[in-house]
Amino acid sequence: MFGKLSWDAIPLDQPIPMATSAVVGAVLLGVLLWVWLKGYVPYLWREWITSVDHKRIGVMYCLLGLVMLVRGFADAIMMRSQQALAFQAPGYLPPEHYDQIFSAHGTIMIFFVAMPLVVGLMNFAVPLQLGVRDVAFPTLNSVSFWLTATGVLLVNLSLVVGEFARTGWLAYPPLSESTYSPGVGVDYYLWSLQIAGVGTLMGGINLATTILKIRAPGMAYMRMPVFCWTALAANLMIIAAFPVLTATFAMLLLDRYLGFHFFTNEAGGNAMMFVNLIWVWGHPEVYILILPAFGVFSEVVSTFSSKPLFGYRSMVAATMAICVLSFFVWLHHFFTMGAGADVNAVFGITSMIIAVPTGVKIFNWLFTMYGGRLRFNVPLLWSLGFMVTFVIGGMTGVLLAVPPADFVLHNSLFLVAHFHNVIIGGVVFGVFAGYTYWFPKAFGFTLDERLGKAAFWCWFLGFYGAFTPLYAVGLLGMTRRMQHYDVAAWHPWLLVAMAGAVLILCGIGFQIAQLVVSIRTREQRRDLTGDPWDGRSLEWVTPSPPPAFNFAVLPDVQGHEAYWGIKQRAIETQHLAEEPDYRPIELPRNSPTGFVTAFFATITGFSLIWHIWWLVVLGLIGAFATFVVFAWRDVPEYEVPAGEVARIDRARRAARAAALADLRKPA
Amino acid sequence: MRPRWPADKLRYRRPSLASRHEGACAAKLNEDPISDLRTYTRRQARSFLGVFVIALLLGGCTGGILDPKGPVGSAQRLILFDALAIMLAVVVPVIVAILAFAWWYRASNSKARYLGDWAYSGRIEFIVWAIPALVIMFLGGIAWISSHDLDPAKALPSKAKPLEVQVVSLDWKWLFIYPEQGVASVNQLVVPAGVPVHFSLTSASVMNAFFVPQLGTMIYTMNGMMTQLNLQADEPGVFHGLSSQYSGDGFSGMAFEVRAVSSGDFDNWIAAARRAGPELDAQSYAMLARQSANVAPFTYRAVGPQLFNSIVTRELPPGPGPDMGKPGANVSPRTGG
Repeated sequence: MFGKLSWDAIPLDQPIPMATSAVVGAVLLGVLLWVWLKGYVPYLWREWITSVDHKRIGVMYCLLGLVMLVRGFADAIMMRSQQALAFQAPGYLPPEHYDQIFSAHGTIMIFFVAMPLVVGLMNFAVPLQLGVRDVAFPTLNSVSFWLTATGVLLVNLSLVVGEFARTGWLAYPPLSESTYSPGVGVDYYLWSLQIAGVGTLMGGINLATTILKIRAPGMAYMRMPVFCWTALAANLMIIAAFPVLTATFAMLLLDRYLGFHFFTNEAGGNAMMFVNLIWVWGHPEVYILILPAFGVFSEVVSTFSSKPLFGYRSMVAATMAICVLSFFVWLHHFFTMGAGADVNAVFGITSMIIAVPTGVKIFNWLFTMYGGRLRFNVPLLWSLGFMVTFVIGGMTGVLLAVPPADFVLHNSLFLVAHFHNVIIGGVVFGVFAGYTYWFPKAFGFTLDERLGKAAFWCWFLGFYGAFTPLYAVGLLGMTRRMQHYDVAAWHPWLLVAMAGAVLILCGIGFQIAQLVVSIRTREQRRDLTGDPWDGRSLEWVTPSPPPAFNFAVLPDVQGHEAYWGIKQRAIETQHLAEEPDYRPIELPRNSPTGFVTAFFATITGFSLIWHIWWLVVLGLIGAFATFVVFAWRDVPEYEVPAGEVARIDRARRAARAAALADLRKPA
Repeated sequence: MRPRWPADKLRYRRPSLASRHEGACAAKLNEDPISDLRTYTRRQARSFLGVFVIALLLGGCTGGILDPKGPVGSAQRLILFDALAIMLAVVVPVIVAILAFAWWYRASNSKARYLGDWAYSGRIEFIVWAIPALVIMFLGGIAWISSHDLDPAKALPSKAKPLEVQVVSLDWKWLFIYPEQGVASVNQLVVPAGVPVHFSLTSASVMNAFFVPQLGTMIYTMNGMMTQLNLQADEPGVFHGLSSQYSGDGFSGMAFEVRAVSSGDFDNWIAAARRAGPELDAQSYAMLARQSANVAPFTYRAVGPQLFNSIVTRELPPGPGPDMGKPGANVSPRTGG
């Protein structure tokens, strides 16, 4: 009846997961109860859960990513404390638990923190920057988000019901085959990523289509903000790379469920094929994450330097070069597999070539600052922290791209330090820069600067505290994923790394405090004009938060830096452009399709993991029925009347006129 | 039914390994008790003096990849330093420029010139593409040449005939077969110093990587595959070896000791190994292939000449994987032994 599921699945004998899940469960119940008692359920359902508005979905993606960041970080600090304790001692986490923790840490941080945050920022900002009303397929967007949420739910469920994979975050076979991992851990891993991966792929199609087909009049490709270019590159890469991941996991699932032999030790299976395939996806994946972060930095450095981005065309060329090159380097993840010297050398050199466009980007940000007037707001601090940190991470990356150097550094903590150097120093800093930069646009008030700066310094110094020792201990020959060790020289470094992790924890604490304080004092920090940073691209034309339709009239883009041009004309002529002719705007109707689909996807995933076949069938039928109902729907979209559009836009124009008058006064 | 993996029963074999190999580092395999005592106090001091460790890392006797004891590791350290120096020549000025530009062009600095529209300069564009491109051309050359020079499968230049060692990674220990001598050892690799060693490697079950940091190059071991590696220890010493590819619950217990000894000592060791220990055949191999961790080193007095081949060709079945223990074998099998 319930497949493999029984009461044995609940790890009652293990205090750590039980206590954690009890706390998480209590918090969740508390939040739900609070929402229900306050009567927010209809509001949440109407305005958020069923919303197909790209801004709302973007915000929900970011929220999901931030919550999971806390979960992933909890794993991280457990790993650091285990290694700090486990010198000639067993530590407090037995291997079968420790192995789940580092597997979950990697999986969660990449798929359920970095991806949702990056996708969330793109979702929020790209349509606004392009000067349009929504993405190409709004309901599909909602489905994508909720399928990602399904993946998150399944991963977290593994904490309480069953176990998570003990294979590392990429689940190399044969270790991940049923011979060596007969438990449900790998199945949790595979199904949650398969389901979330479908969501990511659809999201990629959606955003790429939006950028290629839906732009404001006059928004030529070479007039798009660089963030849109990086988003285009990242989404094209999603479209090209994620099917590979899905296919690879599908093969492993066939091995595990139906006794196939793609990657097994028996019957001619070949695990090397998996390693190749997973990195054919895996290397582009890191650029899927970093390119939008590069885009954020381009926006932030230019805005807070009060200057256009230096070398726009170089930036675009570099972005697209990285987009293509990233598909030709995957073998550098396993130089030590024993391929010949020619193969290793070729992939080493292609990997290094990526450093060229990346280096160009660093130089261009540098020259964007040259001759600028830098305002050291929090987003710029993250960007500067990024530039300094990322060149170091880039350098160690090129070092690892030299095959003989990799022969002694592969899989060491030096490697771990390297990829955290580029992912924290690049992606995470970029996401935080984007979060503080666009937060006032999304919610209509700015975030507290003082706490934001405290958070930045804790993260920045904490990063160096936590990962510089890992570079050192990697050079001392320590490999990753060790549950215990008996080499005395490693121990002091791991203690320092632990202290660094605690400093990062303080940074997270300050970020939570920043959010709470800013919400409480939001009345004093209202962004009335919709342009708090003296911005240059179209998202700053709209009021904060923007109305559902974004723009009352689609902007007419006259050149590069569309909004900067509009603003300069207004300052020169001393008045705003003529009031346009307002017309009613048709918008897509909210739809529960995404939520319902994800509900059935969760059921399907869960029952597949536990071999509850009747429930699998039920879940699939439910998901398909949802699709049919949506596809055959016969309801008109809704229309915002012209009067309403005019009212909202006149308020915006009044705020702008007042700002213009203020600007005139001191002169 | 074998026992689960109770934390309190974890046997920490060789707690003195670290101190011993550090001692060896200073005093070359000195077994006398006074030197043992000396190394003990030194270890104590080291764990508390982080600064001392930094000094050690930069040039001393640390047991890592910056303290190589053979030609491969030395060449790799040189490549690391060269590549690092080349890149630092660009990276350091860039970091300085980032901080300097950010400071000088702060909005409150009235002396800084504001160039509000300056966004293009063909000359600078040319330079910013040229600098990384030149660096990468240079490093690419290093990568190409060194990849060929240090190809793991390439024999080391030496007058001495290489020693053949066949390596099998098992769940979770290392088997070293000496086909020419007809003996084998578990979790202990003894090689003659100054003589190149040619390793043929495979795995009995999941992937692992064979790595002795102070000798250089690591390489994967994979079931049904054979990889090759050539290493050499220049002088006698004791080195720390480990698996550097995660392979499951017992992975951390896959450390092994590498002892480079004089050729006379090596012959003695072989002779001693031939006299004691069990024989390694298909049956005892099947026993060995079962999962176990933190296995204390021991030797086999005899090994069938075809054993390694039968593992590579999968004639001998791959390792069996975990025993089904509590709680709920389907859910979360506990492993170990």
